[in-house]
Amino acid sequence: MSTAAQEKSVYEQIGGEPAMAAAVDVFYRKVLSDDRISHFFEDVDMERQSAKQKAFLTMVTGGPSNYTGKDMRAGHAPLVKRGLNDVHFDAVVEHLRATLEELNVPAPLVERVLAIAGGARADVLNR
Amino acid sequence: MARVKHESRWYPLEAEESVLDGLLRQGVAVPNACRAGACQSCLMRALSGDVPEAARAGLKDTLRTQGYFLACVCRPVTGAELEVAGADALRVPARIESMSLLSPSVLRVRLTTDASFDYRAGQYVSLLRADGLARSYSLASLPREGLLELHVRLVPGGAMSGWLVREARVGDAMAVQGPAGSCFYVPGRPEQPLLLAGTGTGLAPLYGIVRDALEAGHTGPIWLFHGARTPEGLYLADELRELAARNVGFHYRPGVLTGGSRDVAEGALDVLIRAECPKPVGYRAWLCGDSDLVLSLRKKLFLSGLSLKDLHADAFLPSAPRVEAVGAR
Ligand SMILES: Cc1cc2nc3c(=O)[nH]c(=O)nc-3n(C[C@H](O)[C@H](O)[C@H](O)COP(=O)(O)OP(=O)(O)OC[C@H]3O[C@@H](n4cnc5c(N)ncnc54)[C@H](O)[C@@H]3O)c2cc1C
Ligand code: HEM
Repeated sequence: MSTAAQEKSVYEQIGGEPAMAAAVDVFYRKVLSDDRISHFFEDVDMERQSAKQKAFLTMVTGGPSNYTGKDMRAGHAPLVKRGLNDVHFDAVVEHLRATLEELNVPAPLVERVLAIAGGARADVLNR
Repeated sequence: MARVKHESRWYPLEAEESVLDGLLRQGVAVPNACRAGACQSCLMRALSGDVPEAARAGLKDTLRTQGYFLACVCRPVTGAELEVAGADALRVPARIESMSLLSPSVLRVRLTTDASFDYRAGQYVSLLRADGLARSYSLASLPREGLLELHVRLVPGGAMSGWLVREARVGDAMAVQGPAGSCFYVPGRPEQPLLLAGTGTGLAPLYGIVRDALEAGHTGPIWLFHGARTPEGLYLADELRELAARNVGFHYRPGVLTGGSRDVAEGALDVLIRAECPKPVGYRAWLCGDSDLVLSLRKKLFLSGLSLKDLHADAFLPSAPRVEAVGAR
């Protein structure tokens, strides 16, 4: 185990749940404005969708999350059937970086978050 | 296979079948309309067994704790056994007090309820006919007014709207179930700019919300955009102009796609909104009416800077085609 495990999670360091709510607005806005991926996120129920964005951000910042790799696979499998691939994955990571930077999250923390997100690639793309 | 027990009989569900579809297919009458988890007409109560969380999304805590769920989006896992009952306890008997046309295509229906009915202006109810036909309608009235006021668009071939305009009589007994929805004014930030936009009878909840906000002493600007295809689709225009004349902060902006005039702008609703409110950052907004329009407007407003927590929308989803009971005799 690295010492990072004892450190506070990025989630806590950037302000926990209230900070997530602000981050969701910024992140979701970027995702919806990106024609490459917006079609995956159209949902009649925007509240439901924003709850999911929050789950996503909480997970990649190391906050309280119960998702397993298996859940990630199952959750994204329908999207993979609709053509989800590396291009889309990279776009989401790009927006994640921009969101964190916009919220003035320090660079080393941003890198940690992007590492967690990157680690989910195989599960998300069902490989 | 999952099974559902209703009034002491078990009904098997097919794989991925919802409780609503399974019961209807086997001849059990359950009120329903949109069958997409929005209108709440198909509320049922679980007496025992596990209800998937998805079937309780959007329900008030008071309903959740009593075991209520939406039958149309309730797909129990294989092997699950669920005992359910109807939502009769949530229904309040109501009577038609008056009906009048607000325009050639919009009927104003006023209802009295036997018991008191708590709601916030702008929420919606399920209106139930004696035989169980259910449709959602938004409330245009204010709670202090006593009567519940609905604006019903006359849909060609419409089961409920057609019945109301042709056969229903003042004094007829009906029931209302609800209220539901988060389209209402929240006091606490009197200076916040408000943006209300709707098409057709999407005006109903907005008419309630605007008056509620004004009565609550809202001081910030209030913009109301009412869109229709042609000027005949607009209604309550005189009342709203008068309201605007009496309240300096309130701006009423009707718009049509064709047939504009000095008083009525011509063009798409989102264009009219952008012209008056180019940067709606920090606004609170309510969008009601035609579902495609509501969803696209919501997205546009969100992208132009409105925060999700300040965006409320009720898409008036039409009823889904009926499932015929098979083998029911
Ligand atoms: C949350 C919510 C709030 C609502 N509030 C209101 C309200 O305040 N006022 C109001 O007038 N309606 C409102 N509606 C819509 C209303 O519930 C009914 O769907 C509508 O009145 C039609 O019912 P009906 O029985 O007259 O017609 P139906 O018998 O249900 O419909 C007849 C035919 O017309 C089609 N149809 C109906 N509506 C549409 C449509 N908009 N677009 C395309 N096809 C359609 C149906 O699919 C069907 O084929 C609301 C819906 C929801 C979900
Ligand atoms: C970076 C790695 C990713 C992680 C850690 C992740 C995580 C999550 C989580 C936690 C949820 C919520 C599940 C739920 O509550 O139902 C979710 C849902 C979702 N994700 Fe991802 N995700 C990732 C990448 C992506 C990508 C690249 C896309 C598409 C471009 C995507 C699209 C979606 C969609 C559309 C949903 C909602 C699915 C539904 O409606 O059920 N995700 N994701």
